[in-house]
Amino acid sequence: MKLIINGKEENVADNEQLSLSKLLTLKDVKFPQMVSVQLNGEFVKTDLYESKILKENDNVEFLYFMGGGR
Amino acid sequence: MRNDELLRYSRQIILEQIGGAGQEKLLASSVFVAGAGGLGAPALYYLAAAGVGRIGVADWDAVDVSNLQRQIIHFTDDIGRLKSDSAFEKLHKLNPDIKIERFNLQIAAENISDIIKDYDFIIDGVDNFPTKFLINDAAVFSNKPFSHAGILRFSGQTFTHIPGGACYRCMFPAPPPTGLVPTCSEAGIIGPVAGVIGSIQALEAIKYITETGQLLSDRLLTFDALTSEFRTIKIKQAHNCPICGDNPTITELQNTELPTCDI
Repeated sequence: MKLIINGKEENVADNEQLSLSKLLTLKDVKFPQMVSVQLNGEFVKTDLYESKILKENDNVEFLYFMGGGR
Repeated sequence: MRNDELLRYSRQIILEQIGGAGQEKLLASSVFVAGAGGLGAPALYYLAAAGVGRIGVADWDAVDVSNLQRQIIHFTDDIGRLKSDSAFEKLHKLNPDIKIERFNLQIAAENISDIIKDYDFIIDGVDNFPTKFLINDAAVFSNKPFSHAGILRFSGQTFTHIPGGACYRCMFPAPPPTGLVPTCSEAGIIGPVAGVIGSIQALEAIKYITETGQLLSDRLLTFDALTSEFRTIKIKQAHNCPICGDNPTITELQNTELPTCDI
Protein backbone atom coordinates (compact mmCIF):
# COMPACT_ATOMS: atom_id res chain seq x y z
CA MET A 1 0.00 0.00 0.00
CA LYS A 2 1.26 3.44 -0.91
CA LEU A 3 1.35 5.98 1.91
CA ILE A 4 2.83 9.46 2.12
CA ILE A 5 4.83 9.53 5.31
CA ASN A 6 6.39 12.82 6.37
CA GLY A 7 6.10 14.07 2.79
CA LYS A 8 7.70 11.01 1.15
CA GLU A 9 5.91 8.31 -0.78
CA GLU A 10 6.48 4.90 0.76
CA ASN A 11 5.25 1.41 0.08
CA VAL A 12 4.20 -0.25 3.27
CA ALA A 13 3.43 -3.97 3.63
CA ASP A 14 -0.29 -4.43 4.13
CA ASN A 15 -0.94 -8.17 4.35
CA GLU A 16 -3.48 -7.39 7.01
CA GLN A 17 -5.31 -4.24 7.93
CA LEU A 18 -2.75 -1.62 8.83
CA SER A 19 -3.65 0.44 11.86
CA LEU A 20 -1.90 3.63 12.82
CA SER A 21 -0.38 1.91 15.83
CA LYS A 22 0.98 -0.87 13.59
CA LEU A 23 2.51 1.76 11.32
CA LEU A 24 4.17 3.37 14.35
CA THR A 25 5.72 -0.01 15.19
CA LEU A 26 6.83 -0.49 11.57
CA LYS A 27 8.42 2.95 11.61
CA ASP A 28 10.25 2.13 14.82
CA VAL A 29 8.44 4.68 16.97
CA LYS A 30 8.92 2.91 20.28
CA PHE A 31 6.57 5.00 22.37
CA PRO A 32 3.43 6.46 20.77
CA GLN A 33 3.54 9.25 23.39
CA MET A 34 6.73 10.53 21.72
CA VAL A 35 4.93 11.73 18.61
CA SER A 36 1.86 13.58 17.58
CA VAL A 37 0.29 12.07 14.47
CA GLN A 38 -1.52 13.92 11.71
CA LEU A 39 -3.58 11.83 9.29
CA ASN A 40 -4.64 13.71 6.15
CA GLY A 41 -4.23 17.02 7.96
CA GLU A 42 -6.12 16.11 11.13
CA PHE A 43 -4.52 15.20 14.44
CA VAL A 44 -5.43 11.75 15.75
CA LYS A 45 -5.93 11.26 19.47
CA THR A 46 -3.49 8.73 20.97
CA ASP A 47 -6.28 6.39 22.12
CA LEU A 48 -7.52 6.06 18.51
CA TYR A 49 -4.18 4.80 17.08
CA GLU A 50 -5.30 1.14 17.43
CA SER A 51 -8.62 1.58 15.67
CA LYS A 52 -7.53 3.96 12.90
CA ILE A 53 -7.07 1.82 9.76
CA LEU A 54 -4.94 3.34 7.01
CA LYS A 55 -5.86 3.30 3.34
CA GLU A 56 -4.07 3.85 0.04
CA ASN A 57 -2.58 7.35 -0.41
CA ASP A 58 -3.14 8.40 3.19
CA ASN A 59 -0.92 11.26 4.23
CA VAL A 60 0.71 10.63 7.61
CA GLU A 61 2.88 13.10 9.48
CA PHE A 62 4.78 12.18 12.62
CA LEU A 63 5.52 15.31 14.62
CA TYR A 64 8.19 14.67 17.19
CA PHE A 65 8.39 16.37 20.55
CA MET A 66 11.47 18.55 20.70
CA GLY A 67 12.12 20.02 24.08
CA GLY A 68 15.66 21.33 23.77
CA GLY A 69 16.48 24.99 23.55
CA ARG A 70 19.44 25.77 25.75
CA MET B 1 15.30 58.63 13.02
CA ARG B 2 18.73 59.98 13.90
CA ASN B 3 21.56 59.94 11.36
CA ASP B 4 23.56 57.35 13.25
CA GLU B 5 20.50 55.11 13.36
CA LEU B 6 19.97 55.51 9.63
CA LEU B 7 23.55 54.36 9.13
CA ARG B 8 23.42 51.48 11.59
CA TYR B 9 20.27 50.01 10.09
CA SER B 10 20.89 51.12 6.48
CA ARG B 11 21.21 47.59 5.05
CA GLN B 12 17.73 46.67 6.21
CA ILE B 13 16.19 50.11 5.65
CA ILE B 14 17.00 49.78 1.94
CA LEU B 15 14.86 46.65 1.83
CA GLU B 16 11.56 47.50 0.24
CA GLN B 17 9.67 45.44 2.86
CA ILE B 18 11.32 47.20 5.83
CA GLY B 19 12.15 50.77 4.83
CA GLY B 20 12.18 53.70 7.23
CA ALA B 21 8.67 52.88 8.40
CA GLY B 22 9.59 49.30 9.26
CA GLN B 23 12.68 50.46 11.13
CA GLU B 24 10.58 52.90 13.17
CA LYS B 25 8.30 49.98 14.05
CA LEU B 26 11.27 47.88 15.15
CA LEU B 27 12.66 50.71 17.29
CA ALA B 28 9.25 51.13 18.92
CA SER B 29 8.77 47.39 19.51
CA SER B 30 9.52 45.02 22.35
CA VAL B 31 10.38 41.32 22.37
CA PHE B 32 10.73 38.99 25.35
CA VAL B 33 13.15 36.08 25.02
CA ALA B 34 12.74 33.24 27.52
CA GLY B 35 16.11 31.55 27.91
CA ALA B 36 19.55 32.92 27.02
CA GLY B 37 20.84 29.62 25.69
CA GLY B 38 21.22 27.86 22.36
CA LEU B 39 18.10 29.35 20.76
CA GLY B 40 18.05 32.57 22.76
CA ALA B 41 21.64 33.51 21.90
CA PRO B 42 21.21 33.96 18.12
CA ALA B 43 17.68 35.30 18.53
CA LEU B 44 18.86 37.94 21.02
CA TYR B 45 21.87 38.94 18.92
CA TYR B 46 19.82 39.46 15.76
CA LEU B 47 16.99 41.28 17.51
CA ALA B 48 19.40 43.65 19.24
CA ALA B 49 21.35 44.16 16.02
CA ALA B 50 18.14 44.89 14.09
CA GLY B 51 17.21 47.62 16.56
CA VAL B 52 14.26 46.11 18.41
CA GLY B 53 13.85 48.97 20.88
CA ARG B 54 13.30 46.96 24.03
CA ILE B 55 14.37 43.37 24.63
CA GLY B 56 13.66 41.31 27.73
CA VAL B 57 15.87 38.33 28.51
CA ALA B 58 15.11 35.80 31.22
CA ASP B 59 17.36 33.07 32.52
CA TRP B 60 17.99 31.73 36.03
CA ASP B 61 21.06 29.67 35.24
CA ALA B 62 24.81 30.34 35.29
CA VAL B 63 27.16 29.82 32.36
CA ASP B 64 28.79 26.39 32.26
CA VAL B 65 31.71 25.36 30.07
CA SER B 66 29.49 22.78 28.31
CA ASN B 67 27.17 25.60 27.14
CA LEU B 68 29.81 27.37 25.04
CA GLN B 69 29.64 24.91 22.13
CA ARG B 70 26.27 26.44 21.12
CA GLN B 71 25.26 29.31 23.42
CA ILE B 72 27.29 31.85 21.47
CA ILE B 73 26.26 34.86 23.55
CA HIS B 74 28.44 33.53 26.41
CA PHE B 75 32.23 33.50 26.32
CA THR B 76 34.85 31.48 28.20
CA ASP B 77 35.38 34.39 30.61
CA ASP B 78 31.69 34.23 31.53
CA ILE B 79 31.79 30.74 33.07
CA GLY B 80 30.08 30.93 36.44
CA ARG B 81 28.31 34.24 35.72
CA LEU B 82 24.55 34.53 35.46
CA LYS B 83 23.43 34.02 31.88
CA SER B 84 21.10 37.01 32.12
CA ASP B 85 24.06 39.25 33.09
CA SER B 86 26.34 37.77 30.45
CA ALA B 87 23.70 38.23 27.72
CA PHE B 88 22.86 41.74 28.89
CA GLU B 89 26.49 42.79 28.60
CA LYS B 90 26.97 41.44 25.04
CA LEU B 91 23.73 42.92 23.79
CA HIS B 92 24.48 46.30 25.32
CA LYS B 93 27.90 46.31 23.65
CA LEU B 94 26.37 45.27 20.33
CA ASN B 95 23.72 47.98 20.40
CA PRO B 96 23.91 50.57 23.19
CA ASP B 97 20.91 52.48 21.78
CA ILE B 98 18.28 49.92 22.73
CA LYS B 99 16.95 48.96 26.13
CA ILE B 100 17.77 45.51 27.50
CA GLU B 101 15.80 44.24 30.48
CA ARG B 102 17.21 41.32 32.49
CA PHE B 103 15.16 38.85 34.45
CA ASN B 104 17.27 36.57 36.61
CA LEU B 105 14.48 34.19 37.41
CA GLN B 106 12.81 30.95 36.49
CA ILE B 107 9.67 31.47 34.48
CA ALA B 108 6.68 30.13 36.37
CA ALA B 109 2.90 30.32 36.41
CA GLU B 110 3.12 33.03 39.09
CA ASN B 111 5.27 35.48 37.11
CA ILE B 112 4.92 34.84 33.39
CA SER B 113 1.72 36.76 32.62
CA ASP B 114 2.99 39.80 34.45
CA ILE B 115 6.26 39.73 32.51
CA ILE B 116 4.90 39.15 29.00
CA LYS B 117 2.12 41.71 29.24
CA ASP B 118 4.66 44.47 28.50
CA TYR B 119 6.03 42.87 25.31
CA ASP B 120 4.78 42.70 21.72
CA PHE B 121 6.23 39.29 20.85
CA ILE B 122 7.54 36.33 22.87
CA ILE B 123 10.31 33.89 21.96
CA ASP B 124 10.44 30.47 23.58
CA GLY B 125 14.08 29.47 23.94
CA VAL B 126 13.70 27.27 27.00
CA ASP B 127 14.88 23.70 27.31
CA ASN B 128 12.06 21.87 29.02
CA PHE B 129 8.47 20.91 28.25
CA PRO B 130 6.75 22.28 31.36
CA THR B 131 8.04 25.78 30.56
CA LYS B 132 7.34 25.43 26.82
CA PHE B 133 3.72 24.57 27.61
CA LEU B 134 3.55 27.36 30.19
CA ILE B 135 4.74 29.91 27.62
CA ASN B 136 2.10 28.67 25.17
CA ASP B 137 -0.68 28.81 27.74
CA ALA B 138 0.30 32.27 29.02
CA ALA B 139 0.53 33.60 25.46
CA VAL B 140 -2.89 32.18 24.56
CA PHE B 141 -4.47 33.63 27.72
CA SER B 142 -2.75 37.02 27.19
CA ASN B 143 -3.48 37.16 23.44
CA LYS B 144 0.23 37.45 22.65
CA PRO B 145 2.01 36.08 19.59
CA PHE B 146 4.96 33.82 20.28
CA SER B 147 7.53 31.68 18.54
CA HIS B 148 7.93 28.11 19.73
CA ALA B 149 11.07 26.16 18.94
CA GLY B 150 12.70 22.92 19.96
CA ILE B 151 16.02 21.36 19.02
CA LEU B 152 17.53 17.93 19.50
CA ARG B 153 20.61 16.23 18.08
CA PHE B 154 20.72 17.31 14.40
CA SER B 155 17.16 18.56 14.08
CA GLY B 156 14.90 21.38 15.08
CA GLN B 157 11.36 22.65 14.75
CA THR B 158 9.70 26.04 15.04
CA PHE B 159 6.18 27.39 14.89
CA THR B 160 4.57 30.77 15.44
CA HIS B 161 1.37 31.28 17.36
CA ILE B 162 -0.75 34.27 16.43
CA PRO B 163 -3.79 34.98 18.62
CA GLY B 164 -6.78 33.24 17.08
CA GLY B 165 -4.61 30.73 15.18
CA ALA B 166 -3.30 27.30 16.06
CA CYS B 167 -1.33 27.02 19.29
CA TYR B 168 1.34 24.57 20.48
CA ARG B 169 -1.29 22.45 22.24
CA CYS B 170 -3.22 22.05 18.95
CA MET B 171 -0.22 19.92 17.87
CA PHE B 172 0.90 18.55 21.20
CA PRO B 173 -2.03 18.55 23.65
CA ALA B 174 0.12 17.77 26.71
CA PRO B 175 3.77 17.37 27.65
CA PRO B 176 5.24 13.92 27.01
CA PRO B 177 5.76 11.66 30.02
CA THR B 178 8.89 12.72 31.89
CA GLY B 179 11.99 10.89 30.73
CA LEU B 180 10.53 9.60 27.44
CA VAL B 181 11.87 12.38 25.25
CA PRO B 182 15.56 12.99 25.80
CA THR B 183 16.92 16.47 26.54
CA CYS B 184 19.89 18.10 24.81
CA SER B 185 22.14 17.19 27.73
CA GLU B 186 21.15 13.53 27.42
CA ALA B 187 20.90 13.19 23.65
CA GLY B 188 23.23 15.92 22.41
CA ILE B 189 22.81 18.87 20.09
CA ILE B 190 24.99 20.22 17.31
CA GLY B 191 25.49 23.96 17.83
CA PRO B 192 24.60 25.35 14.40
CA VAL B 193 21.11 23.76 14.56
CA ALA B 194 20.43 26.09 17.50
CA GLY B 195 21.79 28.92 15.36
CA VAL B 196 19.52 28.08 12.41
CA ILE B 197 16.36 27.72 14.47
CA GLY B 198 17.06 30.65 16.84
CA SER B 199 17.74 32.87 13.82
CA ILE B 200 14.38 31.86 12.32
CA GLN B 201 12.73 32.82 15.60
CA ALA B 202 14.33 36.29 15.37
CA LEU B 203 13.08 36.53 11.77
CA GLU B 204 9.56 35.68 12.87
CA ALA B 205 9.64 38.48 15.45
CA ILE B 206 10.99 40.95 12.87
CA LYS B 207 8.40 39.87 10.29
CA TYR B 208 5.60 40.15 12.83
CA ILE B 209 6.67 43.63 13.96
CA THR B 210 7.21 44.97 10.45
CA GLU B 211 4.20 43.09 9.04
CA THR B 212 6.38 41.57 6.35
CA GLY B 213 5.92 38.26 4.53
CA GLN B 214 4.22 35.12 5.80
CA LEU B 215 4.72 34.00 9.35
CA LEU B 216 5.04 30.38 10.43
CA SER B 217 1.57 30.65 11.87
CA ASP B 218 -0.54 27.53 11.38
CA ARG B 219 2.62 25.88 10.05
CA LEU B 220 5.36 23.87 11.73
CA LEU B 221 8.78 24.17 10.17
CA THR B 222 11.09 21.22 10.68
CA PHE B 223 14.80 21.17 9.91
CA ASP B 224 16.93 18.07 9.55
CA ALA B 225 20.60 19.04 9.41
CA LEU B 226 21.70 15.53 8.39
CA THR B 227 19.71 15.61 5.15
CA SER B 228 19.75 19.44 4.89
CA GLU B 229 15.98 19.38 4.50
CA PHE B 230 13.46 21.96 5.63
CA ARG B 231 9.76 21.09 5.61
CA THR B 232 6.64 22.94 6.65
CA ILE B 233 3.58 21.06 7.82
CA LYS B 234 0.17 22.72 7.93
CA ILE B 235 -1.29 22.87 11.41
CA LYS B 236 -5.00 23.50 11.76
CA GLN B 237 -6.36 25.03 14.90
CA ALA B 238 -7.80 21.98 16.69
CA HIS B 239 -11.43 22.24 17.79
CA ASN B 240 -10.58 19.82 20.60
CA CYS B 241 -7.46 21.73 21.69
CA PRO B 242 -7.38 21.70 25.51
CA ILE B 243 -6.71 25.45 25.68
CA CYS B 244 -7.89 27.18 22.50
CA GLY B 245 -10.52 24.66 21.31
CA ASP B 246 -14.30 24.76 21.62
CA ASN B 247 -14.44 23.29 25.13
CA PRO B 248 -11.15 24.15 26.82
CA THR B 249 -10.16 22.10 29.85
CA ILE B 250 -7.25 24.38 30.76
CA THR B 251 -8.56 27.60 32.19
CA GLU B 252 -5.68 28.81 34.33
CA LEU B 253 -1.88 28.64 34.37
CA GLN B 254 -0.31 25.78 36.27
CA ASN B 255 3.23 24.79 37.12
CA THR B 256 4.23 21.22 36.37
CA GLU B 257 7.16 19.47 37.98
CA LEU B 258 10.44 20.04 36.20
CA PRO B 259 12.30 16.81 35.61
CA THR B 260 15.37 16.90 37.80
CA CYS B 261 17.66 15.41 35.15
CA ASP B 262 17.00 18.34 32.83
CA ILE B 263 20.11 20.41 33.52
